[in-house]
Amino acid sequence: MEVLLSIAIGVLTACGVFLILRSRTFPVLLGLTLLSYAVNLFLFASGRLRIDAPPLIRAGASYADPLPQALVLTAIVIGFGMTAYLAILALRALSESGADHVDAHKGP
Amino acid sequence: MNANAPILPLLIPLAAALLQMASGRLSFQRAVGLLATALLVLVASWLTLLADDGVLRVYALGDWPAPFGIVLVVDRLAAAMTLLTAVLGFVVLLYASAGFDDEGIHFHPLFQFQLLGLLGAFLTGDLFNLFVFFEIMLLASYVLLAHGGGLARTRAGITYVVLNLVGSALFLIALGLIYGTLGTLNLADVARVLTLPGHDRALARLAFALLIAVFALKAGLLPLSFWLPHTYSAAGAPVAALFAIMTKVGIVAILRVQAIALEPVMPDLLDNWLTTLALATVAFAALGALAAARLQALIAWLVLLSAGTLLVTPAQASTEVSAAALYYLLQSTLAGAAFFLLAGLIAEQRGKVADQFLAGPPLRATWLKIAFLIVATTAAALPPFSGFVGKLMLLTSTRDVEAGSAIWVVILISGFIVMAALARDGCYLIWKHKAAARSLPGEPVGWQRATATLLLVAAGPLLAVGARPLADYAARASAQLHAPGAYVTGVLGAGATTTGHGTRP
Repeated sequence: MEVLLSIAIGVLTACGVFLILRSRTFPVLLGLTLLSYAVNLFLFASGRLRIDAPPLIRAGASYADPLPQALVLTAIVIGFGMTAYLAILALRALSESGADHVDAHKGP
Repeated sequence: MNANAPILPLLIPLAAALLQMASGRLSFQRAVGLLATALLVLVASWLTLLADDGVLRVYALGDWPAPFGIVLVVDRLAAAMTLLTAVLGFVVLLYASAGFDDEGIHFHPLFQFQLLGLLGAFLTGDLFNLFVFFEIMLLASYVLLAHGGGLARTRAGITYVVLNLVGSALFLIALGLIYGTLGTLNLADVARVLTLPGHDRALARLAFALLIAVFALKAGLLPLSFWLPHTYSAAGAPVAALFAIMTKVGIVAILRVQAIALEPVMPDLLDNWLTTLALATVAFAALGALAAARLQALIAWLVLLSAGTLLVTPAQASTEVSAAALYYLLQSTLAGAAFFLLAGLIAEQRGKVADQFLAGPPLRATWLKIAFLIVATTAAALPPFSGFVGKLMLLTSTRDVEAGSAIWVVILISGFIVMAALARDGCYLIWKHKAAARSLPGEPVGWQRATATLLLVAAGPLLAVGARPLADYAARASAQLHAPGAYVTGVLGAGATTTGHGTRP
């Protein structure tokens, strides 16, 4: 499972970074979203991967670390809000400048 | 009451923002905002006096003890930064309440949330909580930057938001690495666990390098600083003035993490590269100031210059240098903010030319010219104002450090370039008029904006007069900052330094 997860994080990060380096706002937005998925998975993995273990500490039972799950939840909410704002900002730039270039000018 | 003092600076802006969102009336929002920030100044002054007894005040939220719950930690540095934020917030809000807040919606709640984020970032003792407060601060700043509208602001906004979202992603990766290797995110506990065996040192080092890189992005260290002049010169005058403290959040975070977590275990992490890049930032900013075509752009470059100067200090890891840095930070923030507010007033008086360095209509108000002279002298670090005192302290303290000569050469030459730029551009603004040009009638300045600007302009002379007590406070704050052992025992309780939580799986 570790191998699968690390491949997933790596592929998401690579795609995210590639898209962030594009010159139009929509791919950049998608890239940031992919990057935030990768980051959330990474953060989740920082509590170690466990199968069939609830994030609750009970005597004798095995449990998963609950803290990274709380951190991921916070990160998801913040990332979601930020991405939504960026989408609005990009739309505003499109309507004000007539182009969806990240520098808000008409270019290649 | 005393026990709850650390949480008050966070509750006041939060409550004010919620109240302001409940009613959309501008007059109500203004009154609440001004009252709240005035109260904040009082509370922050009280906290600064309280903190001066040298006792670390730890506030455990929900009364969960330190490594398990989130704590707020008030030492002298945090208290002083709280006071600086509060004073800046009050003055800028006074200025903005004279009409700027009416140019868009929701200015007041966002302003309070921005203060909340700033104060939280200074007060928190937990790294993940630091991330959350950074995001509160940034989210408010994204919207404040766009306040007033216009293509320039939208354009600057996209770059700023994208960069900071990438920065947040890196911040989270760094936090994941720290939690994965050390099993804790409380700064004091991180410092404690770092000194114990049983964790992957290389991964921990990588995590802190990433963390410092994120702080450097917020502070505007050279390869990560191209967004800063762009953003600060596009924002409205009061927003830019408030932003003058935002780079300082990154710098204080670097100082704190370096002094508490890194200095005892990996003192070489910042060596070689940070000072070099900081000096490159200073040189870059000085050239940018020389090339600026508008007053607000020039000031944005000066903010970058002061950030670069301050970034020279963490790698020195010296109590004296940090003390000088604190005084410099205080005065450069206030001078930068004063300059932004003044630029807003000057731009209004010059009609279409605004704050571009072109011959335009003469300024009507003489006090604006005198204020410009005072602020420019402070910003160029010429005697007798606080800029000079700050730079003198910084140069004196770096005399004996390893990179001392390089620091002196770069800071002095860039200071000369800035002086030349300010002298040339001041001539354009004040003396060079179009033939037969008349002053424009324009909007009157109004007492609110005049008071706000003059208060900040007066900080230049006042901080120079009060340099001795302030420098003494800075020295005590710096001594407290560079005592990581006391910080760890203060937050975790005595006896916590030797026992571990047990090894991570």
